[in-house]
Amino acid sequence: MDIIVSMFPSAMMIAAPIIIAALGGLFAERSGVINIAIEGIMTVGAFVAATVCVLLESNPSLGAYAGWIGVLAAMIAGCVYSILLAVSAINFKADQTIAGTALNLLSTGLCVFLCQIIFDQQRTQSFSRGISQIKDVPILSDIPIIGDMLFSGIYPTIYVAIILVVFVYFLVYRTAFGLRLRSCGENPHASASAGIDVIRMRWIGVLISGLFAGMAGGMMVLTSSVQFAASSIHGVGFIAIAALIFGKWNPWGVLGAGIFFGFSSALGTRASLIPLLNMIPSEFYSCIPYVLTIVALVVFSGKSVAPKAEGQIYDAGKR
Amino acid sequence: MFISKYEKILIPVIAIIAGIILGMIIIAICGLNVGNLFTALLQGATGIKAGSGLNLRYPGELIVTSMPLILTGLAIGFAYRCGMFNIGAEGQFIIGGLFSCYFAILCPMPSPFGVILALIIGGIGGALWAFLPGLLKVKFNISEVVTGIMLNYTALYSSNYFIKILPGSSATRTVDIPDSMNLTSDFLSSITNNSRLHWGFIVVIIAAVAYWFIIEKTSFGFSLRATGFNKEGARYAGIKDGQSTVISIMISGFLAGLAGALVVLGTFAYGRVLSAMENYGFDGIAVALVGGCNAIGIVLAGILFGLLKVAETILQTSGIPREIAQIVSSSIIFFVAIQYAIKFLLDKLNNKLSGSKNTKTKKKGEAA
Repeated sequence: MDIIVSMFPSAMMIAAPIIIAALGGLFAERSGVINIAIEGIMTVGAFVAATVCVLLESNPSLGAYAGWIGVLAAMIAGCVYSILLAVSAINFKADQTIAGTALNLLSTGLCVFLCQIIFDQQRTQSFSRGISQIKDVPILSDIPIIGDMLFSGIYPTIYVAIILVVFVYFLVYRTAFGLRLRSCGENPHASASAGIDVIRMRWIGVLISGLFAGMAGGMMVLTSSVQFAASSIHGVGFIAIAALIFGKWNPWGVLGAGIFFGFSSALGTRASLIPLLNMIPSEFYSCIPYVLTIVALVVFSGKSVAPKAEGQIYDAGKR
Repeated sequence: MFISKYEKILIPVIAIIAGIILGMIIIAICGLNVGNLFTALLQGATGIKAGSGLNLRYPGELIVTSMPLILTGLAIGFAYRCGMFNIGAEGQFIIGGLFSCYFAILCPMPSPFGVILALIIGGIGGALWAFLPGLLKVKFNISEVVTGIMLNYTALYSSNYFIKILPGSSATRTVDIPDSMNLTSDFLSSITNNSRLHWGFIVVIIAAVAYWFIIEKTSFGFSLRATGFNKEGARYAGIKDGQSTVISIMISGFLAGLAGALVVLGTFAYGRVLSAMENYGFDGIAVALVGGCNAIGIVLAGILFGLLKVAETILQTSGIPREIAQIVSSSIIFFVAIQYAIKFLLDKLNNKLSGSKNTKTKKKGEAA
């Protein structure tokens, strides 16, 4: 029991960027664009956040907020980087998977290149703090068990993630904008005939996904690492896609899937301490999100859970 | 969008040039010497360096680096011709390497048979790993892209586990693969100034010829292409599209697995624990697209992307961060992906040219 309670902070730390990036993916996919490039956008976000954090840390007035300013910069960078996906996939009618793969490959090259230019090495310099844990949330941390699990020694990123889940749910399922966005992912031609600008909605979807993925990348590097390197994101962008599928393209599902994957990942590093679980190699825990997603895909198949027009190029002249 | 035969060659060439120009611009912005990019590419391709003469090690390494890229390019290209996007080639590459590594270390055999068998088993490993995406696509209509991505990481982690439990393995690698079971060659290495050149190039040549033969010359290849071109039409013509989908992605997986086997048996001659993806499968996407998914194109494109990889170390020593090569190669994929835009510009250019020609001839006509 103690081990499980003590796992919470690290599981939540891992879960937060997965959830936020998956919410980003939700915007893109609901608008009809598959965002394979989440991994790459997260890499860009991580690089920018780490760099800003390193450069601002010693600044006397801004130093204390360096981490959060870094996250903000990561969001902007992610959004800008996702413009490449939007232009290619929406306006130039590129295959979304190919364009996304190109952006994934480009991101590591570009970021490590810039590290070499700025820091003269293949990684950024290390920052001393990043985003720090909240020691004790007043009052709430005194609640027995739950207080230890959720309100002490925890990174604030998970709170941001939960707030965003609620926000995304209302935006996507309870507003006219959300309805229009989803319609572009289901049947863009019908949306167009109802007067919705499909191109514009898809642009918004991709840009928001860039914003979220950039934020996720920034938070990930600032909470789980001390510097940015080529392997900083190591597949979490794809776990986010897995969480999106496993969560049935729905914000609450994403929250559950993200926390679950966070736990399976935290278990991987601690399993050796727990009897019975230590019989299973840690690599197995790393595989869980991917394998379960394939199972989920089979279970969901034929039930039209995924956005229908996802991945299809929108061509106004083609019916 | 109609793309003529002439444009099929022109668009990749434009993409390559655009990628290199982008690289030059980035180097120039950073205040570095643009010329070093070209001297590095020249040295990587020919081994010639101004001042120090010829070093055959570089062309040798170029061939070594290109071989797996050509094979993954063939893998992606084969699936693409059959209407599938085998992004899972990365995982098939890893599993192919794992299978051949296990066989080579656990069942040593006399020379030519052992290594040939190890290669084939590597290919079979890749084919088996590709079976699931194919099956799920046919049975449940699940995109092979998503399954492929998920299986890539599954392959990475499980392969690391199985490599580590081989007898004698350290935390990073296995024991050396016995001489009778690997592709390395002292002869090839000695004629190229101690490069890692190995017999794998024979495998690559066979694979490229077989690719061309299956796709262009057999009725089986025709039925695969027909399915890729128009699934409904092919079914109407009596082609079993489900079966050919699974078989074609498994052939694609076989080629990717072969690439993995080649790297394990030839380039390194031991199995490695991978800390991250090596991108051979993803680079194969670039190779296939730039090569127009035909055998000769893929071989040439594989050599081009191999050259960019080989140039990395030369660039680093000449003061340009090595990642510029990766930036150039990934932007080439990006430019190929937006071929619609390139074609649009080409058409505009054509119209302008022919338009001005027309007005000229008109004027001539009027004058006459």
